[in-house]
Amino acid sequence: MAGLATGGLPPRRQGLMRRRARRQRAFRWVVVTVLGVFFLLPLLAMLEFTTRGAGGRLSFDTWRLLFDWGRLRATYPDLSVGITDSAGLVVLTVLLMLVLLVPTVIWVRLRLPRLRRVVEFICLLPLTIPAIVLVVGLAPVYAWVTYFLGGSSLTLTFAYTILVLPYAYRAIDAGLSSIDVRTLAEAARGLGAGWGTVMWRVVLPNIRSAVMSAAFLTVALVLGEFTIASLLNRSNLQVAINLLGKSSAGMSVAVSLAALVLAFVLLMLLSLVGGRRRGIPKENNS
Amino acid sequence: MTGSIEMAATARGDQRGVAVRLDGLRRRFGAVQALDGLDLDLAPGELVALLGPSGCGKTTALRVLAGLEETDSGRVLVDGRDITTTPANRRDMGMVFQAYSLFPHLTAQENVEFGLRLRKRAAGERRRRAAEMLELVGIGAHAGRYPHQLSGGQQQRVALARALAIEPQVLLLDEPLSALDAKVRVQLRDEIRRIQVEVGTTTLFVTHDQEEALAVADRVGVMRDGRLEQVGPPADIYLRPATPFVADFVGLSNRLPGRVVTGAVEVLGSRLPLVDPVGAPKDAADVTALVRPEAVDVAADPDGTGRVLAVSFLGPTSRVTVELPDDVLVVAQVASARLAELASGTAVRVELHPVPTALA
Repeated sequence: MAGLATGGLPPRRQGLMRRRARRQRAFRWVVVTVLGVFFLLPLLAMLEFTTRGAGGRLSFDTWRLLFDWGRLRATYPDLSVGITDSAGLVVLTVLLMLVLLVPTVIWVRLRLPRLRRVVEFICLLPLTIPAIVLVVGLAPVYAWVTYFLGGSSLTLTFAYTILVLPYAYRAIDAGLSSIDVRTLAEAARGLGAGWGTVMWRVVLPNIRSAVMSAAFLTVALVLGEFTIASLLNRSNLQVAINLLGKSSAGMSVAVSLAALVLAFVLLMLLSLVGGRRRGIPKENNS
Repeated sequence: MTGSIEMAATARGDQRGVAVRLDGLRRRFGAVQALDGLDLDLAPGELVALLGPSGCGKTTALRVLAGLEETDSGRVLVDGRDITTTPANRRDMGMVFQAYSLFPHLTAQENVEFGLRLRKRAAGERRRRAAEMLELVGIGAHAGRYPHQLSGGQQQRVALARALAIEPQVLLLDEPLSALDAKVRVQLRDEIRRIQVEVGTTTLFVTHDQEEALAVADRVGVMRDGRLEQVGPPADIYLRPATPFVADFVGLSNRLPGRVVTGAVEVLGSRLPLVDPVGAPKDAADVTALVRPEAVDVAADPDGTGRVLAVSFLGPTSRVTVELPDDVLVVAQVASARLAELASGTAVRVELHPVPTALA
């Protein structure tokens, strides 16, 4: 952190400011340490549990097995199915969410601003409905989904797209709020751009980090979802971990830890993408 | 009116632009009639400034011409072609907005190339044209910078280059200088005029700043409540306002009591010709005359009936407020060099120059 410029101040005031800076630094370290212990201790405990071999010796057998796809499929077929289902759900949910939400939100901003509150309300609705209630409503719908598309776990994409709407909408809406979409669109239209070009080549590149945030949040949510998949009798990573916990606690905890770490990495990437800034400071108004 | 349009264009020997006609435009937003039968003609290559207070409909008129706003009725004709229903992206118009409108993810050069790319121009031609335009607006050295690395004035220059790069039929400027500080505003205003004369594009300039409008335009249209009060060369608008609103809105006017006397008005003992003698009230009627401060002369005179109340220093000129008998206040514009003799409280004599005068 850059030091405070105190050169022009009297010595007594300089001393006061230095003491205050020291106190703030100490407070920051205390907060970081407490939070670090709160979050890291369970993770370290999980790591220790998964590396506990016979006779209490350190062993990485569980982790070797986890990262050996062939052996994992043979040893824990349900887990490998859960992982592939979750991977497929992540890809499909992100795609469906982006295809549905991005053009809709942009279009509402540009052409139907009066509908903005309605769209916002609809998108935020899943946040207020508990997953168990959602399942009660979704069960009869999924009877039809199964009838038309079969019982594949990938059909959970539809439910998950609804589930991620509040987070994805917020992220994209925040991105759109940070730019003057209307003026940019009008400028592009004036230069000869059709609506497709306006969206694809003007608006989308300027909300790229917001779209990335929406995608990362979707990935994190889909990887951690259990209730709907379990109650609709579908398979995914969390359902598989739950089942595995009854037969192989070590592997179950290892997979949980890996999923958590992946989610953390994604969220850190999100903050990095969001905080990225280009260029040099602004000049004077000349 | 047509005569003055042709004069404006031919005076510069410039016929590169196209003629534009706004014909009976009407537009209502809820209870507000933004445009109320607006008629306006722009000659090829002419720069017309639309001037008026907030909410008078000037920006709506420009947006209708750009195709960004629909009309309830009326027509927009460019080069004789009715484009009223043509979408904005097919109108071939360059526009500079009040808000900074550069695409943030593109450099200045890429911004200027954007319209050319949509027109499928070859890469080499795009680069050459963009470089030319950036040089024209005096910002060639910053071609590789992103908008957030440019100042407000530089961004508006790039926006102007971008609008001109596509060689538009009409250039539309929607208060492009209002977000800039005073010095940059004047500098860029003059450059806009220079560039417009150089490229000869028919231009509609919307502003609420009367000084800006009078300084850059071939003709100025003063708008009020969705219609034009007066259109004419800047000097006509200022010196021969057609309506009390124009006289009041453009420049500063003293409202002085007077009496109509055969096609003129007698004010403070001076006889002033009327701007509109035909529409004036009958003889001997008491009226309020609108007299410009620069048509008022004050001179220190111990026997004078006026007394200097206040003096505002404006640089080369100053405004002197004089109190006359019967609580009449009159503002005069005088050379600042004369301020020494016009200190507050000085007894003064007030005289009016016989310039055409409007009635309130």
